[in-house]
Amino acid sequence: MIEWINDHGMLAAIFALAGLSVAFGALLGYAGERFRVEGDPLVERIDALLPQTQCGQCGYPGCKPYAEAISGGDAINKCPPGGDATIAALADLLGREASPLDGEAQDAPRVAYIREDECIGCTKCIQACPVDAILGAAKHMHTVIADECTGCDLCLDPCPVDCIDMIARDDAIDAWQPPLPAGPGHRPAAQLIVSDRAHTPREATHG
Amino acid sequence: MAKAFDFPGGIHPPARKTRSTRHPIATAALPKRVVLPLGQHIGQPAEPCVAVGDRVATGTLIARAQGLISADVHASISGEIIAIESRRVPHPGGLSETCIVIEGDGIRDDWERLPALDWRHTDDATLHARLTASGVVGLGGAGFPTQVKARVRERHAIDTLVINAAECEPYISADDMTLREHAADVLEGARLMAHLSGAERIIIGIEDDKPDAAAALKAAIKAGNRDSLEITLKAFPARYPSGGEKQLIKRLLNREVPSRGLPADVGVLCHNPGTLRAALQAVRDGRPMVSRIVTLTGEALARPGNVEARLGTPMTELLDAAGLDEASLARLVMGGPMMGMELAHLDLPLVKSSNCLIAASTIELPAPPVEQPCIRCGACEEACPASLLPQQLYWFAKSQEHDKAELFNLFDCIECGACSFVCPSHIPLVDYYRAAKSDIRARAFEAQKAEHAKHRFEFRQARLAREAAEKDARRQARTQASRRPKAESAKAASKEPPTTSQTSSAASSPSANDADLKSLRIAHAAAKAAVRKAEKVLTRVSQSGGGQGQAQNADEIQDLEVQLATARENLAAIEARMAAAKEAAAEATSDSSMDTDRERAE
Amino acid sequence: MSLMHQSQVSPQPADTGRVMSWLLLATLPGITVLTWHFGLGVLTNVLLAAGLGMGLEALVLRLRRRRVRPVVADNSALVSGVLLGASLPPGTSLWLILVGMVAAIVVAKQLYGGLGQNPFNPAMVGYALLLISFPAAMTQWSAPHGIVGPDGLSFGDLLVRIIGFNSELDGSLGPDAWSGATPLDAFKHKPEAMLASEFWATTPLPEGTQTAWRNVALAWLAGGTLLLYKRLIGWQIPVSMLAAMGLLATLLYAADPSHHGSPAFHWLNGAAVFGAFFIATDPVSAATSRKGKLYYGAGIGLLVVLIRDVGAYPDAVAFAVLLMNFAVPFIDYYTQPRTQGHARPNRGIKVVQLDDEEAS
Repeated sequence: MIEWINDHGMLAAIFALAGLSVAFGALLGYAGERFRVEGDPLVERIDALLPQTQCGQCGYPGCKPYAEAISGGDAINKCPPGGDATIAALADLLGREASPLDGEAQDAPRVAYIREDECIGCTKCIQACPVDAILGAAKHMHTVIADECTGCDLCLDPCPVDCIDMIARDDAIDAWQPPLPAGPGHRPAAQLIVSDRAHTPREATHG
Repeated sequence: MAKAFDFPGGIHPPARKTRSTRHPIATAALPKRVVLPLGQHIGQPAEPCVAVGDRVATGTLIARAQGLISADVHASISGEIIAIESRRVPHPGGLSETCIVIEGDGIRDDWERLPALDWRHTDDATLHARLTASGVVGLGGAGFPTQVKARVRERHAIDTLVINAAECEPYISADDMTLREHAADVLEGARLMAHLSGAERIIIGIEDDKPDAAAALKAAIKAGNRDSLEITLKAFPARYPSGGEKQLIKRLLNREVPSRGLPADVGVLCHNPGTLRAALQAVRDGRPMVSRIVTLTGEALARPGNVEARLGTPMTELLDAAGLDEASLARLVMGGPMMGMELAHLDLPLVKSSNCLIAASTIELPAPPVEQPCIRCGACEEACPASLLPQQLYWFAKSQEHDKAELFNLFDCIECGACSFVCPSHIPLVDYYRAAKSDIRARAFEAQKAEHAKHRFEFRQARLAREAAEKDARRQARTQASRRPKAESAKAASKEPPTTSQTSSAASSPSANDADLKSLRIAHAAAKAAVRKAEKVLTRVSQSGGGQGQAQNADEIQDLEVQLATARENLAAIEARMAAAKEAAAEATSDSSMDTDRERAE
Repeated sequence: MSLMHQSQVSPQPADTGRVMSWLLLATLPGITVLTWHFGLGVLTNVLLAAGLGMGLEALVLRLRRRRVRPVVADNSALVSGVLLGASLPPGTSLWLILVGMVAAIVVAKQLYGGLGQNPFNPAMVGYALLLISFPAAMTQWSAPHGIVGPDGLSFGDLLVRIIGFNSELDGSLGPDAWSGATPLDAFKHKPEAMLASEFWATTPLPEGTQTAWRNVALAWLAGGTLLLYKRLIGWQIPVSMLAAMGLLATLLYAADPSHHGSPAFHWLNGAAVFGAFFIATDPVSAATSRKGKLYYGAGIGLLVVLIRDVGAYPDAVAFAVLLMNFAVPFIDYYTQPRTQGHARPNRGIKVVQLDDEEAS
């Protein structure tokens, strides 16, 4: 055996490598079968990154269908509510290039508001709402459950009397975030007292 | 005096308390106008229950608590409601919030009190209701509603009530003065809260630089111990932040509050002396929370001291009364210099959590020095009372590596500021941590909201599917009912194929129908399993209760309920479709058998 | 946010610039004694290195378009320069110092992002580079002639030597008479057959060399004590480093006294004390947790003795420090303190549980 290897070094090497590739190939094949992940977790993971407003601005009837479309190769920049953060996260997950948002960016989170005295009770907005956030019955005034509203705009178009407005969410105090300091070389922000009393009369200072 | 244990780290900032403890607590002049913000506590803001133009007396309820964690707001002077509008409030970002503005004449002070109660002879439910109706919140600075804390017994077994009289932050002396003058009230309040929580003993933790308050407490303990409750006073050397709840419990009882847990998790309830006095006043005197004791100090004040002031009083009035020299005022701080917030305006109202106002000159609290690079010297680590690695957290917070920051226990940081105090590079470390924490929380909140919206969307989809399936089933039943007699009457004549038009049940050949039925059966089993799982998770979560805070738990339960409903809708939809398919299958077989019969007959 | 700051309310030196100034002050005894024994060449080293350090730092900051003044004011480049200067053989050529300082300030510090970002001790990077690139020049220490003595260098000679391009081969200055080996170097190259006692009996070194080195070590110790007293450094690193050195040296010495130096020999010669108090304690490149500092110091101590006894170089503080700098992230990771409220400290990689028991 050893003599044979000595005599036919080249062949021995080829056999050894071939044997190794067969063995590892078998191992990989077995592992692939044995540890296969059920279902399609990629769609779930994409779905988890989407903002779940279910607004349909991407052209799909909800976030999950869009997630399926992305995993099928659709562009990742079709989600205005998610904005650049979502695009970046998707690009990160999928290893694709982050591209600019296709559509208008949305700034502040909004909530639908029904001007109730104008509402005619047609229930069209109720049917349009993807998250059942509008309450009401036929020929009765409707109203929006503000906590459940995702600000998707889908109720605006169906309304025959245009009595729905999108207004900014009134949660400035809750949404306030302390800023990250500027970093070395900067003086931390100090709130030196603003003495506004010097110029304004006493009575006006409360506001 | 019993043995005191120890917590790691800590610093010794200059105390600067004597300036405000020279005179007894004064009563501030009755303000002519008060501004009462609706969110003076942690949790949801209260909802106004008065209208502009209403006349109110001192103590009238003007805004009702909303949700689990919230507190009532009461009128703090008698007069007329002149506005309910957004006003600037004490807030680190200088934001505004809805406030109720009351105008009085500065002289009349009519009271609307609740009936007085003797807590020793009143049932717990009434006492809870009284605390709720009095708007008492923690006066130490955080403003946690006291009635929520009083209900702790429902979830945790409490053995010790700790009175947090350490007051370790520089400048502040409100608790010190409260104890000197109202030690008996504080102890009585502690007995009340101990009674409500089921605690068997009371421990008072105080730093040894407050000998007068300690003496007053000792005298009060001796004088007032009528019942079996064991009251101990523990004095220990001053070291910041021994007044931190977790640090104090470690120091007094050598118990460690678990990470992200509450003191109640180790059987302890912690209260500030001022809160206990306010709770007692609410019960014994029927006096809702309309005033608080606040320390007015700083070098820009000619007459520093402690005053009992009505809530909503403009800070300018209080500071002017204490002799504010505006020329030397450089910074106005609410709270202590370590954890307090800087205010950019003087015209803000006093709120329930304002324990101290420091009108500081440039000399005593100079502007922050320029931040320099971290040299990893480790001074912060030596100072950290939670044994964190502040500089690692700093790197992670700065580069927004939130997952790593969490791995290094960012959320165990109590934001005491000891690390910022000692940092030789003047890095505002706590600012970094606050920013990182709030960003993490905001993202988690967004994710939770998205998850919730997703569940509601799925629920809607499931509901629509069920409705469609049910409609189908009904239609099928109708067509069948109309077809059967027809089929029977014209047995031989009819050559047309079965006319079930529906998609899922329109299986013309028996084998396709079988496959369809099979996949529906699988889906049915899966939907059943999903319902069972949702039920299980829901029961588990609702039973385990909230160590994490009730509000969050409630949200979670609500979300799980939506999930359960979704699963049920899905199940119902599949059942409906299955019923339809079975019907169709039975019909198909009968049809085919009819056909064969027919063929045979022919 | 803390609105109070220690540096503003207490007499303790508590800002980076002042910490560095105290550090410089603490190097004075060591530098003075070095100069006393080894002549003005020490001073020229220190001054040149410090000046070059400041200059290079300012230059690189300008190139990086950063603000120069506040950064240079933290004195950290000055400290790096002084420390490197004090480790070089007296009267080192300006060009060598320049090469060393470029390696230290430009490569090891600024290219990594400046103060606080450098994983390696800048002064020791410079020193190690010089030692490897110019071994002859770097191991030739002058004999202890005193500041001005009959055999000492005249100021003019010194100047020529410093500016000279090729100091090691400059025959006119009489390198044999003027310079020689350090005790560590001599002991390392003693004949294999010779016992230690015999070796020292042959007086292998110029007179007073051992005394001079002992005095220098004691002077560094004095400076280090000042640092400890002012709490500018922790006790962990110096103590664990010297203790580990002593322990390993004792073991080796007990096993074979004729071929290994005694613990005192290791402590008092070379850069042991200097390294323990001034080099290893550089907070930027050292381990950060208290326990980690103990391991870090001990690692340096062990490596120093090992390299001195077994390795190719007579002294090893620079290599030991750099090697342990490599290990700092590892040490830090495994020495995290137990956070209050946690049952045990963080260790290892956290496995995220994806689903609850239903998944299994």
